[in-house]
Amino acid sequence: MLKKFFILINLFQLFSFEAYGAEEGMPQLNPEYWVSQIFWLIVVFTILYLILSKFILPKINGNLETRKSQILRNLEDAQKFKEESEKKIKDYEAIINEAKQKAKSIINDTRKKINEDIQVKKNHLEKEIESEINKAENEIKSLKLSSVDSVKKIAFETSSLIIKEILNADLNSSNVSAIVEDVSKKKLDKYL
Amino acid sequence: MATNPMHQFHVHRIGPEIKIGNFDISFTNASFFMVTSVLTILIFFYFGTKKRAIIPTKIQLIAELTYTFISKMISDTAGSKAKPYFAFIFSLFIFVLFCNMLGMLPYSFTVTSHIIVTFVLAIFIFIGVTIIGFLKHGLGYLKLFVPSGVPIILLPLIVIIEIISYLSRPVSLSVRLFANMMAGHTMLKVFGGFVVSLGLIGGWLPLSFSVALTGLEILVAFLQAYVFAILTCIYLNDALNLHH
Repeated sequence: MLKKFFILINLFQLFSFEAYGAEEGMPQLNPEYWVSQIFWLIVVFTILYLILSKFILPKINGNLETRKSQILRNLEDAQKFKEESEKKIKDYEAIINEAKQKAKSIINDTRKKINEDIQVKKNHLEKEIESEINKAENEIKSLKLSSVDSVKKIAFETSSLIIKEILNADLNSSNVSAIVEDVSKKKLDKYL
Repeated sequence: MATNPMHQFHVHRIGPEIKIGNFDISFTNASFFMVTSVLTILIFFYFGTKKRAIIPTKIQLIAELTYTFISKMISDTAGSKAKPYFAFIFSLFIFVLFCNMLGMLPYSFTVTSHIIVTFVLAIFIFIGVTIIGFLKHGLGYLKLFVPSGVPIILLPLIVIIEIISYLSRPVSLSVRLFANMMAGHTMLKVFGGFVVSLGLIGGWLPLSFSVALTGLEILVAFLQAYVFAILTCIYLNDALNLHH
């Protein structure tokens, strides 16, 4: 198999050597079209260079620059927005704190006011109660005093009647009243 | 004829013979592929720069990536002074790249596989860089051939070596690209020929080689364009910032 392979290669080489004979060596060293190649190379390369340098490369460069500046601008904007949002957060916190303090002071004020109100009302009530009590006491006193007179009168009348019944005689009313007065002075103090 | 691996490098006239004086400047298949490359490049970049969106489209992204790739390569190797030559190096890279890549299409012609083409590019770079060097540094540019820190006895020898290496720059630059392209395409053709001659039974091995080589050649096509451009940058760097 391997032998066959080498024979085939040899065969191929034979054919190719025959072909070599038809064209001599390297076509690169044949100067027939050298001038033409140089001429076209210069023409074509100059055109390429001019178009690239005048139109295409500035375009690419411009685009790269605008992208770079756009990115920078976006970054700056982002920074600005970040700062702004931080400021807003601070403002918000300040507002919240202020509101809290306000609420606290309102609560305190209201509490104070209510307390004062309660105090005032309490005082007023106490005064009223006291005057009521005083009034009642005075009334009781005057009632007591007036009751003494009625008691004396009843006692005088009763004792006059009793005496009249027992003795069957009219006594001097002034005497009776003097006695009643005397007794009542001694005894009534106990009840008044 | 079809099995001759060198046949693909043949230049032949397309259309009428054009002559200026004694010089034949007829339109050939080589000229055709140069024009095709440039048109492909221009169409690609036309669509790549058409929209100019802030968030790039796919083709725009590729165009912009190419731009930043070359821009970074130049600033890394030759510094900020090389900025005026950006357009030239960009054109050079993209032209060589597209010529190499179009050459990878079957039945196409590889412009850069011809020594005369690469040599014209290289000699233009060489002359341009030398002129820039003398314009920037005057006769001080000759210091390039006198490295610092070399013993005086060795100096004549070193200077001669430096001059030879400087003068061989266009040769090495052009031969590198041309030889890589020619060798790769010849090899592909040889293996392609093996596939045909070994037939259905034995042809699978060279076919798989052919596939692998195609991948390799695409890599080489890109790499050689990159090497061509970066060496130009390095030469430019010598002319702009005299280090020696």
